[in-house]
Amino acid sequence: MCTTCGCGQGEMKIEGEAHAHTYVHAHEHGSLVQSRSHAHASRMVQVEQDILAKNNQYASANRSHFAEHGIFALNLVSSPGSGKTSLLTRTIERLKDKARIAVIEGDQQTSLDADRIRATGVSAVQINTGKGCHLDAHMVGHAMEKLALADDSLLLIENVGNLVCPAAFDLGEAHKVAILSVTEGEDKPLKYPDMFAAAELMLLNKVDLLPYLNFNVPLCIEYARRVNPYIRVILTSAVSGEGMDEWREWIAAGMKQAAEHKANEVEALKRRITELEAELAGKGR
Amino acid sequence: MHEMSLAEGVLQVIEDKSKIKGFSRVKTVWLEIGELAGVEVESMRFCFDAVMKGTLADGARLEIIAIKGQGRCLTCSKMVSIRLRYDPCPLCGSYPVEPTGGLEMKVKELEVD
Repeated sequence: MCTTCGCGQGEMKIEGEAHAHTYVHAHEHGSLVQSRSHAHASRMVQVEQDILAKNNQYASANRSHFAEHGIFALNLVSSPGSGKTSLLTRTIERLKDKARIAVIEGDQQTSLDADRIRATGVSAVQINTGKGCHLDAHMVGHAMEKLALADDSLLLIENVGNLVCPAAFDLGEAHKVAILSVTEGEDKPLKYPDMFAAAELMLLNKVDLLPYLNFNVPLCIEYARRVNPYIRVILTSAVSGEGMDEWREWIAAGMKQAAEHKANEVEALKRRITELEAELAGKGR
Repeated sequence: MHEMSLAEGVLQVIEDKSKIKGFSRVKTVWLEIGELAGVEVESMRFCFDAVMKGTLADGARLEIIAIKGQGRCLTCSKMVSIRLRYDPCPLCGSYPVEPTGGLEMKVKELEVD
């Protein structure tokens, strides 16, 4: 298993599934080295494929599913303890009367977070990554099957608390949202630039604590824009409620866009059917 | 970054290709790794050997082709060489430089039996 960051395979578990879900590699055991033939001439095979090709294939399948059903999916990333789950439960409380919401929770162990989300009355499924340090598109695809997502709904994916690895793994989401709390350093966007470069939005969280800290908000935003000039920033607090309306409006705008996009696709298909029917009628059938 | 996951990704690409191209033994693997991709080459070598054990690429030689980091400065609009993804523009000193090359993480070629 990974000596760098603990990434591993074979220990991932989706809540409610009896068996641990493992990737199957075609391992060849036995004395391969001794039996290697020297009589065969070796040949070259062109590959030219991205190392994350497999994950990207699963991600595009997820993305197509979201597009076909008008689902707005967000991948929430942060370090552990940034207040993601509290922010999520507050967000859900504000949105659940107006929108259908489902949540995928990623953690190494326990279903504590999914339990907290379910207490708000929306459906949630927990993925335990075992030794893994991030969610991948394959795990998310399986969790989506369990959730049976509604059309025009909101899917919130809370990734494993880790500012490094989740940056590289596309889950098929519309946007990554990076959550940074003011109890962390303002230089985090520079220390973990890949994550802030990949995010569309940064939520600067726990701002109710600012009076007690030496956190420089403008400097933090400047650092974030240095790695990602297009990043949008909202200052939030799950405790005081600051910024929650702006965050909710940002989500609502994304959901509207996803639903409209789906509706347009459906309209285009209906027009195409009408055209084809007319063409068929013209051929005297 | 997360070289073990990447090495597993390499193995998946190799295994998929072996079914299409019909080979059962890999002798050499060429990867193209961009300087800005955030991959630690030494760590990648270590993880590669560990992941390939007991597979069709057990003991395979790993060749890494480094791709130079390049970008366009959003302030002075010039194409520049950069060694780190979030370095300032070497010409005008401004941030950010939008990377245009050096983010690759690719399996390029295999030598197989």
